[in-house]
Amino acid sequence: MNRRLFSAISLAIATLVTAPAFAQNKLVMGVSVPAATHGWTGGVVYWANRTKAELEKQYPGTSIIVKTAGSAAEQANQVQDLQTVNKIDTLVILPFESAPLTKPVAQVKGKGVYVTVVDRGLTDPSAQNAYVAGDNPGFGKVAAEYMAKAMGGKGNVVVLRGIPTVIDNERVDAFNAVMKGHPGIKVLDAKHGNWNRDDAFKVMQDYLTRFKQIDAVWASDDDMAVGVQKAITQAKRSDVKLVLGGAGSKGYIKKVMDGDPVVTADVTYSPSMIADAMKLTAEARVTGKAMPGTTIIPSVLITKDNASKYYVPDSPF
Amino acid sequence: MPPALTDPMQDLALSADNASTPKRGGKPLRQHLLDAGPIVGLVLLCIVGTVLNPDFATWDNAMNVLTRTAFIGIIAVGMCFVIISGGIDLSVGSMAALIAGCMIMVMNWVAPLLGSPVAAVLVGMVIALLLGAAFGLAHGVLITKGRIEPFIVTLGTLGIFRAYLTYFSNGGALTLDNELADTYGPVYYGAWLGIPIPIWVFLAVAVAGAGLLNRTRYGRYVQAIGSNEQVARYAAVAVDRIKILTYVLLGICVGVATLLYVPRLGSASPSTGLLWELEAIAAVIVGGTALKGGQGRIVGTVVGAVLLSVIGNILNLTSIISVYLNAAVQGFVIIVVAFLQRGRR
Repeated sequence: MNRRLFSAISLAIATLVTAPAFAQNKLVMGVSVPAATHGWTGGVVYWANRTKAELEKQYPGTSIIVKTAGSAAEQANQVQDLQTVNKIDTLVILPFESAPLTKPVAQVKGKGVYVTVVDRGLTDPSAQNAYVAGDNPGFGKVAAEYMAKAMGGKGNVVVLRGIPTVIDNERVDAFNAVMKGHPGIKVLDAKHGNWNRDDAFKVMQDYLTRFKQIDAVWASDDDMAVGVQKAITQAKRSDVKLVLGGAGSKGYIKKVMDGDPVVTADVTYSPSMIADAMKLTAEARVTGKAMPGTTIIPSVLITKDNASKYYVPDSPF
Repeated sequence: MPPALTDPMQDLALSADNASTPKRGGKPLRQHLLDAGPIVGLVLLCIVGTVLNPDFATWDNAMNVLTRTAFIGIIAVGMCFVIISGGIDLSVGSMAALIAGCMIMVMNWVAPLLGSPVAAVLVGMVIALLLGAAFGLAHGVLITKGRIEPFIVTLGTLGIFRAYLTYFSNGGALTLDNELADTYGPVYYGAWLGIPIPIWVFLAVAVAGAGLLNRTRYGRYVQAIGSNEQVARYAAVAVDRIKILTYVLLGICVGVATLLYVPRLGSASPSTGLLWELEAIAAVIVGGTALKGGQGRIVGTVVGAVLLSVIGNILNLTSIISVYLNAAVQGFVIIVVAFLQRGRR
């Protein structure tokens, strides 16, 4: 009885507190993203902060709090703090990992916070109001289609994979599925370079020792492509005609723009998806319009023709 | 000094052992076998590698493996001193990353001022060594004069160093200007007498380390402090100074490793040097140094470092097991080699 009364009162208070806030469209948005531990997440942090400034100007009275977390556990605590201390009514979160963050996010949503999940979907979709993500299968598919075309449908390919995750599996599976349709192309091996320049350097060195003829490398990430290219230069091998990275770092987009003979294309998986998610969410919350349940930001092929459109020299990534 | 340190306990143990084992000379043989544990492990691993893929036993592959071992190997030599003295340093990977970042920033900044890329590279190298020594000194002073556990001090700096690098690089990568990268490149990619420069440096550091540990008074003091700090203090060893010096030495080793690392990719990012500390510590322990301090061997450390990178190399050259199990293979080999040289305590 007591408990029911208590929850009724707290519900009433919650409505009293949040309802006027809505009337004035004063948004308090929490943005929780992984800390900048590698190039791509560095880009996420950059875009989150940049969009915070834009949105706060666009919607006066709105306050946006950007938090970075070094681990899934830290992020879970952060989400709770954002709700209890900062009193957010909207949360945009790029989860460190899906499973461990599902419960904490569901709890916050249960307290009336509007939740937009970015890039890595939660294991229980009912814990989110909206989902904005990059297209991982598309990332692998676009890359494979471009490589198959550039290689004329025949030759040897080696693949560098990222950190073992769902994201990585989806990309590699889609890549292999396309390559199945090109019997002339042989995928020699696929090893983990962990989206890391140094690891990619070592893996590529060993590929070069092991395979005497490599026509193309799917580095699947621009950071890994850096290590791959260094290893090829060191081994003085001229058989590798194509190195395809991914994610669209400014350095590699610049190479595509400048007509690099080996780096002829890139595939986007832009960290700016956090910006899209924040903008869509803010708009939906302020105008009261419903936000689509799922928004997929497609992975696009960057070639010399459209590279300048994707080149952001200010970004750290 | 040396007579005072003759350990009565050891004499006792020796005579007891002789009494129980009638065959004289049995013990030294067994001891030799145990000492050779890491080498036996490495040889076995090389045989396995050659059987699985004949390309393993080529000169080029050997040079690749030894060159990439150089960073961890050089750090491990310094780590060996710290561990023998009874300490530990968890920050070396982050330290290498921060030094690499600072070097790159300084070189990019001074190159136009000096007008000569060679001079800029030299400035960068000096900075790397100075920073390494300074970080090591800070560790040593905090540990000895500040009386904080080395585990905690270096756990703290592990976070601090990497956070500063991430801050300087804005979460992205710090990249060396092209002209500088071309000038500096030969330090990693160049060779002398057909052997890449990093291997020569690794060899020089290892020889110097072995000489320092086994042939000098300083080396004996380090071992004495590690086996019993109180006794060493009573024997008028300047314990604090010797300990600080081990951390400074390790810092300089990290600086040297970074000198060789930067020209490889010409960049530093927040993922640079990740987990190097564990690889360096593993190399030292696999090489037969006791984690509790007191005794250790530089040769074993070098073999341990090579062994660890040979495992990764063999896994990359073959595809018989799932890539998801790579880390497990490394774990199994470490435990087996540690088993081969057990009983050295």
